[in-house]
Amino acid sequence: MKIVVSSSGTTALKPRGFPVMEIALLGAAVAVFFLFPENLALASYVGIFALFALSLDVALGIAGIVTLGHAVFFGVGAYTAGLIAIAGWSEPISGVLLGGLAAAVLALAIGPFILRLTGLPLVMITLAVGVFFFEAANKMTWLTGGDDGLYNIELAPVLGIFEWSVFGTMEYLYVLAWLGAIFYAAQRLAASPFGFALRGIRENRLRMGLIGSSVLGHLVVAYAVSAFIAGVAGALLAQTTEFVGLEVLSIEQSIDVVIMLVLGGVGRLFGALLGAPVYLLVKDLSKQWNPHAWMIVIGMLLIFVMLFARGGIYGGLASLMSRRRLNQGEPE
Amino acid sequence: MEQLLGSLVFIVLYGGTYGAVLFIISVGLVMTMGLMRVPNLAHGAFAAIGGYGAALLMNGLGLNYYAAVALATMAVAALGALAERTIYVRLYRIPELDQILLTVGISFVVIGGLALLFGPNVFAFRLPPSLSASVDILGRSFPVYRIFLLAVGVVIIAGFWLVFDRTNFGAKLRAAVDNRSMAQATGIDVERLVMLAFAAGTGLAALGGAIGAGLFPLEPLYPIKYLTIILIIVAISGFGNIKSSIAVAILVGIIETAARFWLPEVGGFTVYALVIGAVALRPAGLFARQE
Repeated sequence: MKIVVSSSGTTALKPRGFPVMEIALLGAAVAVFFLFPENLALASYVGIFALFALSLDVALGIAGIVTLGHAVFFGVGAYTAGLIAIAGWSEPISGVLLGGLAAAVLALAIGPFILRLTGLPLVMITLAVGVFFFEAANKMTWLTGGDDGLYNIELAPVLGIFEWSVFGTMEYLYVLAWLGAIFYAAQRLAASPFGFALRGIRENRLRMGLIGSSVLGHLVVAYAVSAFIAGVAGALLAQTTEFVGLEVLSIEQSIDVVIMLVLGGVGRLFGALLGAPVYLLVKDLSKQWNPHAWMIVIGMLLIFVMLFARGGIYGGLASLMSRRRLNQGEPE
Repeated sequence: MEQLLGSLVFIVLYGGTYGAVLFIISVGLVMTMGLMRVPNLAHGAFAAIGGYGAALLMNGLGLNYYAAVALATMAVAALGALAERTIYVRLYRIPELDQILLTVGISFVVIGGLALLFGPNVFAFRLPPSLSASVDILGRSFPVYRIFLLAVGVVIIAGFWLVFDRTNFGAKLRAAVDNRSMAQATGIDVERLVMLAFAAGTGLAALGGAIGAGLFPLEPLYPIKYLTIILIIVAISGFGNIKSSIAVAILVGIIETAARFWLPEVGGFTVYALVIGAVALRPAGLFARQE
C-alpha cells in the first residue's frame, strides 16, 4: 500500500533512480558558462536570486509560512557581508557565512513573536517588519550609507588561491558552488523527519500540535534556516557586485522573490531554480522592448499562472512527465 | 506652553485630515475583507485609477473638479462590480497565497498601464481655486483643501452609519459579515450583496484617490507605494470592523504626523514599530473583542 503524504510531498521524497532534473540544470549552468561568456555577471545575479527564492521555498513551500517580508533577511545578509569587508575582513567564504548567520539570528529573535500568527495577520506583520527595516536602513546612514549604499567592498581571493576576474568568471563559479551546496542541503532537509514535521504543520497546524509536535519551535527553526539561506544570497550579491544598495531591503524585492518562486512552483525546491531565471529573463527582455511594459507582462503572467497553471513551471513539467510515463504503461 | 499647544492643535488638524483620507481609501478594503476574506492587494490600484480618471476628466473633458471626482468614483465602482463578477469571484476558494499573488498581478498590470499611458512621473492634479485658498486658525493659516477632506470624511462616516444601522441592506451586510453561510441560509442573496459591497469599496477607494491626490500624489507606482499603509489600517482595524477603522485611520494619521514633526530623524517608521506591536499583541484587531 502506498501512503500519499501530499501531492508535493511524494514527488520531493520519492527516491528517484536517475536525477534528470539535477543533470539538466547543471547542464544548463555549464552551457551558460560557455555560450554566454559576456553575460556571466547577469548569470551570477540570476543564481543569487535562485538561492534567494530557494530560501523562501523552505519557509513558504515546506513550512507554509506566508511572508511578504523576506527581503529583510536578504538585506541583512548583504549589509553584514558588505560591512565586514569594509571593516577589513576580506576573506569571502567566512563573510558569506557571517551574513547568513546574522540573518538567522534575526529570524530567531523575531520568529517566536510573529510565527504565532497565521493567515492575513502573518502576511501583514511580515510586510510591516519589511517596511520597518527598510526605513531603519534608510535613516541609519552612518551604518548603511543610506541612499548612497555601501561601496569600496574589497575581497581576498577565494580560498586564498582563486583570484576574482574582471569578466565575472570566478563570480559565476563561486555563486554556482554556493547554490549547488545549499540546494543539496535543502533537499536533504526536506526529506528528513524535520522536513516531514514541517509539512505536517503546513497541512494541519492543530493536528500536529495535538500529536505532540512542537509547532512553534519547528516553525522558528525553519524560519531561521530559511533566513540563513536568504542571508547567504544577500551576502553573495554584496560580494559579487561589490556594492550594497537600499533596494536589497525593499518591499518590491520581497514581492519579486515570491513571484519567482510561484512562477517556478512552490514547495518543490526545483521551482526556485526554474522560476528565478524565467522571471529575470522575462523582466529583462520586456524591459528592453518597452521600459514600462514589463510590469504588464509579469502581471499577466502571474494572473495566468494563478488561474490556470497553479503548480508553476515545475508543476507543469512534472505533470507532463507523469502523463508520459502513464502512456508508456510504466508503474507510477 | 502656548507654542506647544498650538503645535498640538495643528498636528491633530493635519494628522486628522491625513487620517480622513486614509480612512476613505482603506474602508472599502476593511469592508470587503470582512465579507469576502480576500486580501485584495489591488485595492490601491482602484484608488489610483480613480485619481487618474478624475484628473483626465478635468483636463480632457473640461469638467469641473467636483463633477470629475463624482464621475470617476461612479465609473470605478462600476469597474469594481465588473471585476468582482469576472475575476474576484474565482478567488474565494483558492489558498491565501494565490489570492495575494493574483491581486498583485492585477496591481502590476495597472501600474504598467498607467506608466505606459501617462509616463512614469507624478501626474499633476490641479485643485479648483476655492480649495487652494487657506483660512486662519489660531493665527496660523490652514488650507481649505484639508477642511474639505475632513468634511468628505465626516459625510462618508455619516453615510456608513445611516446605511449600516438604518437600512435593510445594512442589516443584511452585517449579517453576512458575521456569518456568511447562515445569512445565505436565511435567504439573503449574499452574492449580490458581495458585488454591491465590492463596488462601494472600490468606489470609495477611487474617491479617496481622487480627492486625496494632494496628499498622495498620483504616480504609476501608487498602487504599491501606499499599499503598506492601507494594509496596516486594515490589519489593525480587524477585518470587517468599520467602526474601529475610523479610529485607527485617524490615530495612524495623527501619530505619523506627530512623529514626522517632533522626531524628523526617526520619522515614518515609528508607525511601523507601533503596528508590529499592535498586530503581534492583538491579531484580531486593536479594538476587537479577543477570543
